[in-house]
Amino acid sequence: MMKSDIELTNQIDAYLRGELTESELIDFENQRIKDPAFDIKIVEHQNLVNHLSDYANRLRLTSEMNVIHESLDIFALKNEVAPDAHIVKRLWKKYRINTAIAASVALIAVSGTLLSTGFFSKSISTNVSLLRREINSIKKSQNALIKNINDKPSKGPVNPGQFGGTGFALSSNGYVVTNYHVVQGADSVYVQNSNGEAFKAKMIYIDPAYDLAVLQITDPAFKDLNVLPYSFKKSASDVGEDVFTIGFPRDDQVYGKGYVSSKNGYAGDTVAYQVSIPVNPGNSGGPLLDNRGNVIGIINGKQTMVDGAAFAIKSTYLLKSIEAIPQDSLDKKLILSKRNTLSGLSRKDQFKKLEPFIYMVKVY
Amino acid sequence: MKKEIKSSVPADSEIILGILNDSKEILNRLYVTYFPMVLQFVLNNNGNEDDAKDVFQESVIVLYNKVKSGNFELNSKLKTFIYSVCRRLWLKRLNAQSRTIRNIEDYSEFIPVEDDLERHEEKDRQFEVMELALSQLGEPCKTIIEDYYMQNKSMQEICEKFGYTNSDNAKTQKYKCLQRLKKLFFSPK
Repeated sequence: MMKSDIELTNQIDAYLRGELTESELIDFENQRIKDPAFDIKIVEHQNLVNHLSDYANRLRLTSEMNVIHESLDIFALKNEVAPDAHIVKRLWKKYRINTAIAASVALIAVSGTLLSTGFFSKSISTNVSLLRREINSIKKSQNALIKNINDKPSKGPVNPGQFGGTGFALSSNGYVVTNYHVVQGADSVYVQNSNGEAFKAKMIYIDPAYDLAVLQITDPAFKDLNVLPYSFKKSASDVGEDVFTIGFPRDDQVYGKGYVSSKNGYAGDTVAYQVSIPVNPGNSGGPLLDNRGNVIGIINGKQTMVDGAAFAIKSTYLLKSIEAIPQDSLDKKLILSKRNTLSGLSRKDQFKKLEPFIYMVKVY
Repeated sequence: MKKEIKSSVPADSEIILGILNDSKEILNRLYVTYFPMVLQFVLNNNGNEDDAKDVFQESVIVLYNKVKSGNFELNSKLKTFIYSVCRRLWLKRLNAQSRTIRNIEDYSEFIPVEDDLERHEEKDRQFEVMELALSQLGEPCKTIIEDYYMQNKSMQEICEKFGYTNSDNAKTQKYKCLQRLKKLFFSPK
């Protein structure tokens, strides 16, 4: 039975769709059995049609699912099943093993280091407690030279200040330096010059590590000073150098003279010199000057039970501390004097020149 | 911490029957019931909701093919099957993007589904080849093939649609188109 390919294709399609009449179907089936070549054509055709219907089914299924998906409230679902609530918890879950390993490594490293440096051995422990006792003894033996003004028998005008110390001008426009321990915890601070004029001042900078405080005179009655006669020494001074200081252990300026007796302060404190000079409560914050009138330090304490062992913060630390003051936080520029007009003068003249620049600091 | 997702779960046998009958109602219930589980899994394992959608829809296609090919045996819960397929698909995809995941957060038991996925991959490939072949077929062949073989329209309808006066012309055209498709599909360049 010869049929054109077109006819055949139509017949197969009709067969696959079940559109053949009963007699046609019987003929068709018979031919498939009789003629293998005919059968192969049908199988090939059917194969392609199956692929097409698979393709169609998948497209339909996907589009149906997309319709369903659109109808879902994905946001609400997300909240319902949201990743175990907390991101921290998730991270913890995810990285707990890493964390545990890191922690163990750290623990081993730390204990290993401590073991190898002998932290756990007894001798070191003894040293540590010794050191603590040393610190306590520093506290005991080094008392700051704050004069308790109330302790004094009041003579003349009553000084209402609670504590006092000494301070000196850093610049002619009203910046004054003193010890931090002098103004520590102050409600208000006044500075009083050698003429007995008191000006209100405020703390603009403190440096407890070096026991330094910078004040600014804010009183409208204050008029700018003349050019400062002293400069600040940038290098360290030698042991044996003659020095002097001016301070307010009482209501008048008192001059004191001595020498640098050690390049370090108490218990090797490199911030300070040890100075052999008579100082008393109230001298704290006073300038320590050398013969040429350079400020080499600031008196800040003395050792009790030991004669002639006072301490002064080195001027290098004062300069360091002043450098650390953010300049843009200041109303007026703080320019340190670099000129020295005291050099070569006799001590009497030096004292006279210095007098207006040294203040009693009164703390309330 | 693992939340159970509760909703009225259709019986597995009900779903199988629905798939065989192309029931939209069952597809809807299947989707609503099991999508949240997959969403939860994907969200908790480095993915977003679009990833979840892709993976879940693919798993439904796998399920449909499996059920329709007649070799679906209810030896595991339907839920477990879907979860396992999605899990496998998602981990594969993560791997392909070289996004590794250390600890997989699981929300259900799972079974090996490698065989099913192998079959699926083959089908997937054929799907893509067919898609390409159809796109290369050109008009009017593409529409004739789609209308007749995919939408199951009668030759009568196709004649009217394309304005063929003679049904023999339409038959000739269909024959030519099918020959072209056969060539494109079985021996793609």
